[in-house]
Amino acid sequence: MSILVGADTRLVVQGLTGKEGTFHTLRNRAYGTAVVAGVTPGKGGQDVEGIPVHDTVADAVRERGANTSMIFVPPRFAAEAILEAADAGIGLVICITEGIPVKDMAHVHSYLRGCDTLLVGPNCPGVISPGVANVGIIPPEVCRPGRVGFVSRSGTLVYQIVHELTQRGIGQSTCVGMGGDPVHGIGFIESLALFEADPGTDLMIMTGEIGGDDEERAADYVAQDVNKPVVAYIAGFEAPPGKRMGHAGAIVTGSQGTAAAKAEALEAAGVRVARTPSQVAELVQDALG
Amino acid sequence: MDLYEHQGKELFRAQQIATPRGIVATSGDEAAAATRELGGKSVVKVQVQVGGRGKGGGVVLVDSPERAAEEAARMLGVDFKGHQVTQVLCEELLPIAQEFYTSILLDRSTGDYLAMMTAEGGMDIEELARTRPEALRRVHVDAMLGLRAFHVRELTGCLPLEAREGAADIVRRMFALTQEQDATLVEINPLVLLSDGRVVALDAKVTIDDNALFRHEDIEAMKAAFPIDPVQARANEQGLQYVKLDGNVGIIGNGAGLVMSTLDVVAQAGARAANFLDVGGGASADQMATSLEVVLSDPAVKAVFINIFGGITRCDLVAEGVLAALDRVDAQVPLVVRLDGTNAEAGRRILAEAAHPKVVPAATMGEAAERAAAIVNGEAA
Repeated sequence: MSILVGADTRLVVQGLTGKEGTFHTLRNRAYGTAVVAGVTPGKGGQDVEGIPVHDTVADAVRERGANTSMIFVPPRFAAEAILEAADAGIGLVICITEGIPVKDMAHVHSYLRGCDTLLVGPNCPGVISPGVANVGIIPPEVCRPGRVGFVSRSGTLVYQIVHELTQRGIGQSTCVGMGGDPVHGIGFIESLALFEADPGTDLMIMTGEIGGDDEERAADYVAQDVNKPVVAYIAGFEAPPGKRMGHAGAIVTGSQGTAAAKAEALEAAGVRVARTPSQVAELVQDALG
Repeated sequence: MDLYEHQGKELFRAQQIATPRGIVATSGDEAAAATRELGGKSVVKVQVQVGGRGKGGGVVLVDSPERAAEEAARMLGVDFKGHQVTQVLCEELLPIAQEFYTSILLDRSTGDYLAMMTAEGGMDIEELARTRPEALRRVHVDAMLGLRAFHVRELTGCLPLEAREGAADIVRRMFALTQEQDATLVEINPLVLLSDGRVVALDAKVTIDDNALFRHEDIEAMKAAFPIDPVQARANEQGLQYVKLDGNVGIIGNGAGLVMSTLDVVAQAGARAANFLDVGGGASADQMATSLEVVLSDPAVKAVFINIFGGITRCDLVAEGVLAALDRVDAQVPLVVRLDGTNAEAGRRILAEAAHPKVVPAATMGEAAERAAAIVNGEAA
C-alpha cells in the first residue's frame, strides 16, 4: 500500500518536452509509472518517445484520463501550470519547479482552498511509492518497497536516509518530498494524516529544517492525532539567523524557525528526534523492534 | 532581497506613499550639503540591510551641516552590526504629533498576507505581540481576494480618528506594493501623524522576493548599492548557493538539506563549518572546481569536507570531477571526501586508485566529519 501515487496514477507531465521534463518522465515511465500524456502549449499532436503531447491539461484529462500531474515548466509559468491542472480537475499536482515567486504561490494557495486538488511542492523532488510508481526525481535505486512512510522538506536528505534504511532492509511505503519553499502544498500534517490512515504504513519519518513553523505545527498534530510511531530529523542547528541556507524557505527570522525549537517541540510531542541523518535508520529499527 | 531604507522609500514614492524629503550621502561633505539643502537641520541614518539602527546609534538628529558631516563621517567609517556602511540618508525634520506602527508581510504558515497596525509607535513588535497582543490589530488577507475596505477599517480602528484616513490610504498602497513589486515585507516603523494632520512613512523596511526579481529590473538594479564580498559574487555567478560562516572546515555538498546537515555533523564532531555551499545537482568537474576555489578563498579554511550523495548524479562521475578540479585548483589543505549512493563504490575506487596526496576518503558522513575535525583541531587525521 501507499499514499498519493500508486497503481491508479495516470500521469500527465506539464513541461514534458523540456530537457529535464523528458529525462525524468522517461525514468518515471521505466520505473512503471503510467505516463499517459504530456502538455506543452503549441506542441499538441507531437509525441515524446510514444507519450502523446497535448496543448492543454484539459485535453489530457479528456482524452487520456490523466488524474495526476507533474510540473517541470520554468518558474515564471509554473504557478499558471498548477492553476491549469487544478482547473482541469486533476486530483494531485506535483510541482518540481524551483524558483516560483512566492506571490504567485500565495495566489495558487488561495485558489486551491476552493478545490479538491492536492498540491505537492513546489521546489520538491516528488513522490515515490517504491515498487509501484515514481513521480518526480527521487532516485528509485535507493528505495525498496516496505512499510515506513517518509515526508521531508529536503530532497537529498530523503535520498540519504532512505538509502540507509534500505541498506538495513527497511522498506518504504511512500516517500513524499514536500519541498523547500515558504508557501507550499501539502506538508507534514497532511502527509502524516495520510500515512496514519494507510494500512500499508507502520511508522513515519519526517525530516525538517530551519524556517517557518511547519515542524512545530506537525508536533501539535502528532501529539493529538497520530498513533503510529514517528521519527524525526531536523537540519540546520548551525545556521545563523537571517541567512538563507539554499532553500527559499530555509531561514531563521529573528528568533523564529530555529532547529533547536523544532526538535524540542517534536520531542515534547513524543517524537524520537535523531541527531544525525544516520541515526534516523537506527531509531526506526529500534521502534520497529 | 532586503532594500535600504532609501530604496524602500523610492518604491513608496512611486506608490504615492508620503515620505520625508531625503538625500543620500556617501561622505561627510555630501551629508553637510544635504543638510544645508534640507534647511540646516536633518536626521542622519545609516543605510544597512539590518534592523535596530535607532538603538545601535545609527540614527542621529543634527542641528547643523557641520554636525551632519561629523556624524556621517563617523557612520561611514565603521561597520554597523557587521554590515559595511557606504551610504547615509539625510532627511528633513518633521513636526511629529504621534507615532504608530504598520506592516504587511507574506505569512508562510497560512499562505496569505498578514497586515498589522498598532497605535504604539517605536515598539519592538515581536515583544508587543507577546506581552500586549490586544494592542496589535492583525488581519489575514487572502492574496486573490486582496485587501478589502473592512480589513482597512479593522486595522486603522486602533488609531486616533484624525490619523485613520491617512493611514488607510497608506496601508492600501502598501498592499499594492506586495502585489505589484513582489514585496514579501513592507514595514513602516514609525508611521507618523504630523501636527498638520498628514500621515507620513518616517521609515521603510521592504523585502523583495528574490524569485521574482526577473520581473523587476529596476529593483534588481538596486543591488548595485550593496557592498558585496568578491567570493560571494563569484559563487553567485556560477549559480552556487554559498553562505560564509565563521568556522574553519570548508563544506561542499549537494542539496540544501544535506549541506545544512553536514554543518551540524561537523559541529557535533567538535569543529565549525567555514561555509554553506550547495554545489547543486550535477557536481561536474567544472562546478566542483569553482566550488573548491570559492571555499579555499577563505583563508580560515584548514580542511575541506566534500559530502556528496549520488542520486541521479553518479558518484563515479563526482569522483572524477573532484580529481579534475584538483588538477585546476592548487589545494593546500586536505579534502575529506565522502561519497555515498549511486555508484559510490566505483567512485571510492577511483579516488583510492588516484591516491591524490590531499584526498582523504571517508566511508560515512560521521567518519568524514570526525576526520575533518581532527585535521583542523591539530590531531592526526
